[in-house]
Amino acid sequence: MKFTSLLASAAMALGLATGAMAQDKTKVGFVYVGPVGDGGWTYEHNEGRLAVEEHFGDKVETVFVESVPEGPDAERVMTQMALEGADLIFTTSFGYMDPTINVAKKFPDVKFEHATGYKTAPNVSVYSARFYEGRAVQGLIAGSMTKSNIIGYIGSYPIPEVIRGINAAYLAAKEVNPDVEFKIVWAYTWFDPAKEADAAKVLIEQGADVILQHTDSTAPQAAAQEAGNVITFGQASDMSEYAPMPRVSSIIDNWAPYYIDRTQAVMDGTWETVNTWDGIGDGMVGIGEISDAVPADVKEKALALKDAIASGEYHPFTGPINKQDGSVWLAEGETADDGTLAGMNFYVEGLEGEIPQ
Amino acid sequence: MIVLEKRPQPSKAWSYATPLVAVIATMVFGGILFAILGKNPIEAIGTIFWEPLFGEFAFYYRPQLLVKGAPLVLIAIGLSLGFRAGIWNIGAEGQYIMGAIFGAGAGLAFYPLEAWFIFPIMVLAGAFGGWLWATIPAFLKVRFGTNEILVSLMLVYVAEQFLASVSLGLLKNPEGFGFPGSRNLQSYESAHNAELIAGSGMHWGVVAAFIAVIFAYVLLNRHMLGFHIRLTGEAPRAAKFAGVNPARLILFCLGLSGALAGLAGMFEVSGPSGVVSIDFNVGYGFTAIIVAFLGRLHPVGILLAGGIMALTYIGGEIAQSQLGLPAAAIQVFQGMLLFFLLAFDLLTNYRIRAARSEVA
Repeated sequence: MKFTSLLASAAMALGLATGAMAQDKTKVGFVYVGPVGDGGWTYEHNEGRLAVEEHFGDKVETVFVESVPEGPDAERVMTQMALEGADLIFTTSFGYMDPTINVAKKFPDVKFEHATGYKTAPNVSVYSARFYEGRAVQGLIAGSMTKSNIIGYIGSYPIPEVIRGINAAYLAAKEVNPDVEFKIVWAYTWFDPAKEADAAKVLIEQGADVILQHTDSTAPQAAAQEAGNVITFGQASDMSEYAPMPRVSSIIDNWAPYYIDRTQAVMDGTWETVNTWDGIGDGMVGIGEISDAVPADVKEKALALKDAIASGEYHPFTGPINKQDGSVWLAEGETADDGTLAGMNFYVEGLEGEIPQ
Repeated sequence: MIVLEKRPQPSKAWSYATPLVAVIATMVFGGILFAILGKNPIEAIGTIFWEPLFGEFAFYYRPQLLVKGAPLVLIAIGLSLGFRAGIWNIGAEGQYIMGAIFGAGAGLAFYPLEAWFIFPIMVLAGAFGGWLWATIPAFLKVRFGTNEILVSLMLVYVAEQFLASVSLGLLKNPEGFGFPGSRNLQSYESAHNAELIAGSGMHWGVVAAFIAVIFAYVLLNRHMLGFHIRLTGEAPRAAKFAGVNPARLILFCLGLSGALAGLAGMFEVSGPSGVVSIDFNVGYGFTAIIVAFLGRLHPVGILLAGGIMALTYIGGEIAQSQLGLPAAAIQVFQGMLLFFLLAFDLLTNYRIRAARSEVA
């Protein structure tokens, strides 16, 4: 208790100090799980940070720490940022959830934003993007273009977000190609180029000619390029350096508008706890340019699907959909509710294998 | 021309001086590296070594040094005993993981019961988990003559798979919305390895680390077993004549280092970390190898080395956020420390001489 009050008083002292300087600078901290040069997830968060700097110029100061392990180290990094006077801290990995909540308790005047988690507090918001909408577009292209009818999928961790992506991609692929089959490899990492490359190679050896990845590095792209005749999609970032082949399109996380918005809210004193989950329509999920390697008719269909999702006309999880065990999940015309999607822990019918338990 | 000449006796002076020289050399070359990256080297080095100890927020960082250093010291002490006897346990990371799984598992088995005996049971379970994992390579070495370096290292990867498995299955938080990871032991009072004095960083793991240092010191200097360990490392033949039982020594050294690594894992999972998750392990088991050597395999040295290592971690993070140094530069900096230590170690056994030019 003593420590908490000590921290609180330090925070308060700083709060007064920063309050005095509030006219000039708002300090925004970012905690990254990978290096900013990963070319994927962390790269895009850092782009968001740079956008905040550019947008607010002298009114804002940003700091970041990269490659922070999920656990006590993350807690220390966040505390350090809060002590040094950060007004707003973005913690950008699922595993930062409990540390974010812990630190937020000690610094009630600092606002926290945790990406992809589900625990909120008076000074902790959560935000994520509906990546699965992009997965549906990928699935359509993948299902149309595969010749071997085997699509390889590199999963990071078997958490709802990743399972949702697999299901969305599979449903869209099967829609255009009933014979399609998914092979899934779990890498148990967000960022490990060597492991990701191995996973891609294993999938290619097993006959996959499309590789989807839910990991952050460009290593699978490189592996596919080496193998030739394998297509891939950029993950989190455009990865356009691998276009037009193997990378035929991508899902791009666009955090910049959100980060600018939230920073503005802190400056205006209007910041509130929110639970944001935006998709293609709100611009948080972008679809990278579909390259010329994709036939024109497929490209047209993919863009039509993208537009339908963006306008809200079509939901990637629209019934009839059965669960893997054959039981009914969604009836004809029914769409999935956000609660089920948020905690998705089952495969849809047709996917083989089990979710690791 | 410069030649290396083997010393008849290892130099005592150099064996004490090399860690210091290595730290200084790391500062110099690290400073050059930071300068190349466009940062003020004095400021960067100052931030890393000064800020956590005497900076504005030292009241927060000093306790954190204990939190970060304790598992390193605890593991390194165990490793050093084996290393002294020429028994190479490289798999402390795996033993650390197993200790955490066993410890947390034992605690969670009682959830939500609150009772005083739960934490002691977890401590025993954690030590047992680590001991068990280290005894596998020990047994295989004694029985079949396998190489303990390889077996213990490979078992790290097996332990990581176990960790992923229990995070997703056996120990998964039933109230976690399908996300992997166990219940948070920090909010389960009987199983929580809380700070003994709030704000001091002192948790049971830190206490255990200090006890281990004293225990190892007494063992090595006052006990027959310690003498056997040293003898086996320094003169294996003499050890044989002195009646040292190599099989027993292997089982003891590996088992003890495993138990200590297991304890470290258990204290970490029940305290600072709180949850068994897929990414629970962050390399303490491997970093402890550096700490053991940086500390000259001497208990007191290891204590200091653990402190320095923790300092570079915490100072490194501060340097990242304050000065914008990349994480990779900090890692290179830490790597330099081991490199220079090993390089200057040469001077313990060799001396540098200017060779006389010989006439053919």
